[in-house]
Amino acid sequence: MAAFALPFEKPIVDLIARVRELRELAERDASLASELRQLEEQTAHLARELFSSLTPWQKVQLCRHPARPYTLDYIEHITTDFLELHGDRRFGDDPAIVGGLARFRGQSVVVVGHQKGRSTKEKVTRNFGQANPEGNRKATRLYELADKFRLPILTFVDTQGAYPGIGAEERGQSEAIGACLAAMARARVPIIATIIGEGGSGGALALGVANHVLVQEYGTYSVISPEGCASILWKDGSKSDLAAQAMKMTSTDLLALGIVDRIVNEPPGGAHQDAYAAAKLVEASIAESLATLCALSPEAIVEHRYARFRGLGAFVG
Amino acid sequence: MSWPTRKQSETDASEKKSVGKGVFRRCDGCGATLTAERMAHNFEVCPECGQHHKLAGRRWRELLLDDASFEEWDAHLLPTDPLGFSDGKAYGDRVASAQRSAGTKEAIEIGRAQIEGEAVAYGAFVFAFMGGSMGSVVGEKITRLFERATVERLPVVLLQASGGARMQEGILSLMQMAKTVAALERVRAAGLPFLSVLLHPTTGGVAASFALLGDVNIAEPKALIGFAGPRVIETTIRQTLPDGFQRSEFLLAHGMVDRIVSRLDMRAELASLVRLLMRKHAGDPASPPHAGA
Repeated sequence: MAAFALPFEKPIVDLIARVRELRELAERDASLASELRQLEEQTAHLARELFSSLTPWQKVQLCRHPARPYTLDYIEHITTDFLELHGDRRFGDDPAIVGGLARFRGQSVVVVGHQKGRSTKEKVTRNFGQANPEGNRKATRLYELADKFRLPILTFVDTQGAYPGIGAEERGQSEAIGACLAAMARARVPIIATIIGEGGSGGALALGVANHVLVQEYGTYSVISPEGCASILWKDGSKSDLAAQAMKMTSTDLLALGIVDRIVNEPPGGAHQDAYAAAKLVEASIAESLATLCALSPEAIVEHRYARFRGLGAFVG
Repeated sequence: MSWPTRKQSETDASEKKSVGKGVFRRCDGCGATLTAERMAHNFEVCPECGQHHKLAGRRWRELLLDDASFEEWDAHLLPTDPLGFSDGKAYGDRVASAQRSAGTKEAIEIGRAQIEGEAVAYGAFVFAFMGGSMGSVVGEKITRLFERATVERLPVVLLQASGGARMQEGILSLMQMAKTVAALERVRAAGLPFLSVLLHPTTGGVAASFALLGDVNIAEPKALIGFAGPRVIETTIRQTLPDGFQRSEFLLAHGMVDRIVSRLDMRAELASLVRLLMRKHAGDPASPPHAGA
């Protein structure tokens, strides 16, 4: 699927293409099975080796890879009966955030996620996954719906940040994000957030106040984009690589800092090399979290989430 | 409490525009040249045009709080450097120089106080300390302010002036937004008022967490209040922003703040709001109401 390749992933992309070819041949010729297995193992090994030395900035590029699976891909692969619900009941419907009702392994859930576009036209329609206030207010509305009907909430985080625009300010972007955080804090149902790409700033957090926060291997999460950080602190937007490193925004950094509860592995070469396999790995992790959290009472769920965030911060005294 | 009597912390308004070595001050609004003494006497509000200039924390307490009623909480909390962050200058050094220039240990002060006899949980950002940015200490102190207000059944008055989350503490700063808002939910659940006072400027992660969630949002005239900074928006949309964009008056017109209040009327307004929301009259004995009573 991945036509576009970043310079550093080219060797892996070529190998994966060969695996695919061989897999097709092996379907007709059983004698190729052992060769296929060997090549698959070799590819996985090489991919792991190559990607283990990626710089934080390269990982940022991976988390923004244009072929990376998006929220709707995950919804398709890991839920059934998805019914999208639209609108914030205040102003409009923001396609940068999608949400609705679905079944996860048979259980009714509410899903909410940032949605980037594939085609140029869809990218624009979905505003590159950057929500306006009405997108965040749609999320709040869905959290409240989930609370009312006692449905667990699954969120998928993938945004550079909430949109900084004139209309967004006129319609109260700040209040809309604050209200999201508050609605998530008080929801009496389990919330599981999965960072499937970029976790950018307050826009990401609006879907991130969860009991369990999962991050994919090549997902990132930061207070500001590396470009933004570089332009403010280094006074030079081209120092993004330094900013990406300094901010400790990769999955392993996030786990070490206690920001995320678990890293979800990705298929060799990243989620975009095999969206289905990536989704199944995410599904397994969500299922495990859900089983743990569903054992808690509504009061205990709120308390659990409070304690989780209450403990975050580093200070003396 | 003791308060450092550093020259810089006493006059943090328009330091750069001062003329005649601090004896005279030029108003940012009308350009009138006034004696620094006259400006200070009027709490940095221009007597000619009403322009509000920055006011130091100590002066804010003098303006709003009953004499000697402020009892500071958690002043011992100090920042660390969890990421080992450096942007050419180490974060630790930045903190040290901010502590020297602002005269405070961090970018917020919290405590218990009285406004016209009404007990409140009071917090005020220190903009002079790294732009009032919210890292772990600021997040922790606001969380404690909300938690303690809930336990002691106090209304909360919080003065905000902040550029947003502190980048040098990275993702931990972002998490303070979630932590503080969760604590604010407890204040709300307890039926206690949160009076949010928005000063110039209030943007980014502080605006997009608790600042706009007041039961009553009050702004000073012409304060810049918004999610994204004007330069970020201009870069994104490649347009010049209209005059007055993201100012208090713009927010009032768009339904985001309840009132624009002159600094000189702030004390009376806050006391009134506390009494109205707590169902009390002026001079009532202190008797905190119970939720749902």
